[in-house]
Amino acid sequence: MTFLPYAVAAWLFVVGLYGIVTSRHLVHLAVCLTVVQSSTYLILLSTGYVRHGSAPIYADIPPVATAVDPVVQALTLTDIVVESTITALLLALAVQAMKRFGSVDPTFLRQLRG
Amino acid sequence: MTTVQHLAPLAVVIPLLAACVIAGLSFLPRRLHELVAVGAAIASTTLCAVLLAHANDGLIVYWLGHWEPHHGVALGISLTVDQLGAGIATLTGVLVIASLVYSTRYYDEIDGPYFALVMTFMAGMVAFSLTGDLFDMFVFFELMSVAAFALTAVMIEERGPIQGAINFAVTNSVAGFGLLVGIALLYGRTGALNLAQIGLSLDHHPADALVAVALLLVVAAFLTKAAAVPFHFWLADAHAVAPAPVSILFSGVMVELGVFGAARVLSTAFAQPIEPSLHDLRMVLVAVGVVTAVVAALSCFQQRHLKRLLAFSTISHMGIVICGVALLADRALAGAASYALGHGLAKGALFLGTGTLLHRCGAIDEFQLRGRGRDLPLLGLVFVVGALVLASAPLATTFFGKSLVEDAALSADYAWLPAVLALCSALTGAAVLRASARIFLGWGGDDPQETRTESEERSQEASSREEGADMKPHATTPALLVAVPAVLMLAAVLAGLVPDLVPSIERAAAHFRDHASYAGAVLSGRAPHFPPVAEAHVSGTAWIYAAASTAGALLLAGFGLRDRQVLPVTVADVLRAAHSGHVGDYIAWWTFGMALLGGFVLWAVAG
Repeated sequence: MTFLPYAVAAWLFVVGLYGIVTSRHLVHLAVCLTVVQSSTYLILLSTGYVRHGSAPIYADIPPVATAVDPVVQALTLTDIVVESTITALLLALAVQAMKRFGSVDPTFLRQLRG
Repeated sequence: MTTVQHLAPLAVVIPLLAACVIAGLSFLPRRLHELVAVGAAIASTTLCAVLLAHANDGLIVYWLGHWEPHHGVALGISLTVDQLGAGIATLTGVLVIASLVYSTRYYDEIDGPYFALVMTFMAGMVAFSLTGDLFDMFVFFELMSVAAFALTAVMIEERGPIQGAINFAVTNSVAGFGLLVGIALLYGRTGALNLAQIGLSLDHHPADALVAVALLLVVAAFLTKAAAVPFHFWLADAHAVAPAPVSILFSGVMVELGVFGAARVLSTAFAQPIEPSLHDLRMVLVAVGVVTAVVAALSCFQQRHLKRLLAFSTISHMGIVICGVALLADRALAGAASYALGHGLAKGALFLGTGTLLHRCGAIDEFQLRGRGRDLPLLGLVFVVGALVLASAPLATTFFGKSLVEDAALSADYAWLPAVLALCSALTGAAVLRASARIFLGWGGDDPQETRTESEERSQEASSREEGADMKPHATTPALLVAVPAVLMLAAVLAGLVPDLVPSIERAAAHFRDHASYAGAVLSGRAPHFPPVAEAHVSGTAWIYAAASTAGALLLAGFGLRDRQVLPVTVADVLRAAHSGHVGDYIAWWTFGMALLGGFVLWAVAG
């Protein structure tokens, strides 16, 4: 049991948030959001990691062999699907923002306030 | 009880299939898409209502793929239907039907994908209410979120919807990732994803730091969806720019589902770990609810953009619902649920009514609309009644809900809470009353051009272009655009008067919070034995508070018609300036809120 993956995950989450807060470009912002999300991959996979465990595909290995937890891998896959959906949507919105606002800097998106 | 559980997945699958059919056959004419969508929504809503009726005396548990628990250990994924969950799913269905019927006459032009998105949105919300699995809650949280982001930006050629959708998407996604980290931590600790199983594993151990952090991340994610201050900035932007038939779903049930999710995890997974620290945790959560209710009520009152006004009013009312959940008592939860029912129907009617005004006049600004609603007297009546429902006027559904929350607050030594909540009801009711009087009767002064401050100028400039640039005024209003809001408002008024409805919500809430029965029913298939629930009676003080908030709403509305300011100009400007519309600012506020809430939750739960 090592704390390193958890520390890295926490770092990724926070640094991604910093990127979003200070972002001056919507595409950069979408990438920062995926940085935040990559912390969830790391934390999921490290939760299910077993030292010297093999991949949980029991067709190739004896059923008693040590394997990493397959559940978290399934969760990570689901997570990736979620991420690609959100990123695609945000990038589409960025394109549209460029067309309508003439800028992809969140500072110049000034339609809604107050 | 033997076959009814098979209906639970159908309630989710039907709208999803309808979405696929509509998206796949997008070349068909619009009327056919509408027909498929309305048909699927009615079918799914009927199933939810049947589930609601059958969940009367126990939980309905369905294991997907028949992966049932062995020796009390759940490996499969369950739909666990209780009355509160089935109830909110039914409310979702009713509002989706209303929204779809309304949109048949509302949009001049709309494409098939819109109806596919509404169906996906519905599937996500219904599944979120019915699931018994924490990871599924995340999946459906994201499903409804993504559909909601796309629906916000459905008028993609306008500027407001683009900005609103970006702010909404980024804020809610960050919250969703927090939720997933929380789930991963819980899975690491318990090896379980089923809510009952997690609860069982965490039982008999006081919460440590890891459980406290997981609790924080999970609850904060749901509170972001529920627009608790300071996680609330996205809501005003998203609700103000989404088309009216979408706003009704956002305000009517999506944000309520955020509070529902928080209540669900607090009464299943975390029920035992928080038991020793109940007193402190209650204090922290009630503080969140009160701050939300007060800040948003003040923002609401100073808005002149109608949809933004209603959006802030939704945040304020969510604050009241959060207080109900935060008191961590059966009766308070019943109050929160009844209140959410009344608020959801009334706010849905008001948003649709605003859409009708936009359809008729092509404007959404209170001053631009002054006196222009005279031709729509029935809609004016809907608005005034809606204002009274928001003010928790006696005998409205919200009144019964709020009296239960007040009752619970008094027995938990929060004697000051009812007065604060009454003030918020008065402010939000007054804002709608003031707008109704100006729009439908032409009361009050003209646009105060000369006294306008700079920030107001900006908001007016924004509001004239936010939504409706493409919505041309129509010479006539189809009867349907008035009838749907009127029917919803009638339901909002009458629901609380249906005999045995509020008492049955009280029973449902007590069952919802019965941790041991829930775990037993899910993991061992035991029929739950719920103790009888004492029925609450509306106390005398509840009538006094309701009368006071109604009178306060009338007074403040009159005040608002004469002179718009209730707040010192500096405070008003600070409130406005906080809503900068910059997504980076919103995430900074979110981070700040997490740090603050995290500190208090760690102190309360693990301290």
